[in-house]
Amino acid sequence: MAVEAVVEGAPERRRWLSILAKAPSKDVIAAWEGLAERPDYRALRAPEIGMVLVRGRMGGGGDAFNLGEMTVTRAAVRLESGETGIGYVAGRDRRHAEIAAAVDAMMQSSDLRPAVEGAVIARLARGQDERRNTAARKAAATKVDFFTMVRTRSPG
Amino acid sequence: MAYVAVKGGEKAITNAHRWLAEDRRGDTAVPEVEVAQIREQLSLAIDRVMSEGSCYDRDLAALAVKQARGDLPEAIFLTRAYRTTLARFGASLPVETGQMAVRRRVSAAFKDIPGGQVLGPTFDYTHRLLDFTLAANGETPIEGALEAEEAQAYPMATIASVFSHEDLLEADTRTPDAPEPFDLTRDPMAFPAGRDQRLQALARGDEGFLLSLAYSSQRGWGNTHPLCAEIRLGEVAVEFVPDELGFPIEIGEVTLTECQMISTGAGGTDKAPQFTRGYGLTFGHCERKAMSMAIVDRALRDASAGEASAPVQDEEFVLYHSDNVEASGFVQHLKLPHYVDFQADLQLIRRLRREHAERVAAMKEAAE
Repeated sequence: MAVEAVVEGAPERRRWLSILAKAPSKDVIAAWEGLAERPDYRALRAPEIGMVLVRGRMGGGGDAFNLGEMTVTRAAVRLESGETGIGYVAGRDRRHAEIAAAVDAMMQSSDLRPAVEGAVIARLARGQDERRNTAARKAAATKVDFFTMVRTRSPG
Repeated sequence: MAYVAVKGGEKAITNAHRWLAEDRRGDTAVPEVEVAQIREQLSLAIDRVMSEGSCYDRDLAALAVKQARGDLPEAIFLTRAYRTTLARFGASLPVETGQMAVRRRVSAAFKDIPGGQVLGPTFDYTHRLLDFTLAANGETPIEGALEAEEAQAYPMATIASVFSHEDLLEADTRTPDAPEPFDLTRDPMAFPAGRDQRLQALARGDEGFLLSLAYSSQRGWGNTHPLCAEIRLGEVAVEFVPDELGFPIEIGEVTLTECQMISTGAGGTDKAPQFTRGYGLTFGHCERKAMSMAIVDRALRDASAGEASAPVQDEEFVLYHSDNVEASGFVQHLKLPHYVDFQADLQLIRRLRREHAERVAAMKEAAE
């Protein structure tokens, strides 16, 4: 996407924000609480529940139309070291959004990043890959194997 | 219509609601159902509530189903009412269903669709015999789903991409600098309706109404001769551009059901014959709804081409009556006090009867 070219660090940040948003709230909270040390932060935007209007494409690939809304919670925090992070996560879990924002801020700090890169981001990503893979293997098990019945005429 | 303020009934209403709450709970000797149980075990009810309530949130829909005692249109109403209390952060980028992590994808039209026929978790091919082992208080051992060695590969080719090189199938078009799509939650219904307005209305529309309309068209009231080119169910990521970032990020995943219906189109002088398409898309797993939506979308496309002859092709008829919150509100308002209307009607009927009697008497007199 064109915007990535102009926003420095965008592709990487997109990746971890996606992982934080798509993980189940309980996994995000568990990963956060499992950290040995959690930096202090202050809320720039207290967690707020709202909605995003989800759009589809007419015919699947055409122009946009409005499908319906989804609940989303957003938050923004600033670490004492100055980094700001944001969280936009589906659903209504305030804690999830706030933790996502804190981890986003930590991932932008070279000092704090190692603490969360493996223990939060990689761990959540693994969970998502496993769930995705399990579903894909269950789907593959329900794939139809067609066989053609051959009609033969017995001689005589 | 006349309205008059009448006071009274507060106590009766309060007591009625207390009884309602008691009835909702049912026999207290039976454990209370939890919202999480509804969410996990009545998932297709949840999907319908999210779809027609037009708000994707499984926990919210489960709560609505519980509160509505399983009355899904009531749960849909509760969901719609709740969504009006929330601020809207903005609109997502259009979801890309071609990229879907597919759990189910079948094509009834094309046996050899690339990626194969993946049945997924379906009621199809079950015998529809009641399974009394499910009534055995959860003691039934559950055989888990089988996992194949090799995972299904994504993305799966769409029916549109398979035939695109031959131009046999009508292609989707993207308008450069397209205007913002019509939004029914901000603007009233307008006619003639664009396809964006139509698809939004159908996506929120009542499943039963759309199913019957689709059925009517199959039976000859505006025949669409549809073939099911593709149904897919699975998860897609939703991307959104927060103001503070200026670039799109994924904010979550939604489960969607998509249906592509195709029917033969005769073409015209400047257009060769090709398959035309109807489109259905819903939140959650709502296959009956997605198929009906696609058939109705296709039928209404005829209407915009000036071929309307049946109810399903009349866009004002379809779009004005498809929303079950509006429909149920207008039908059910009839049970609220209409004392003044009835008084007026009584007076009218009495006067008409008096005049009728006078006319009859006058005719009798003349005859004698």
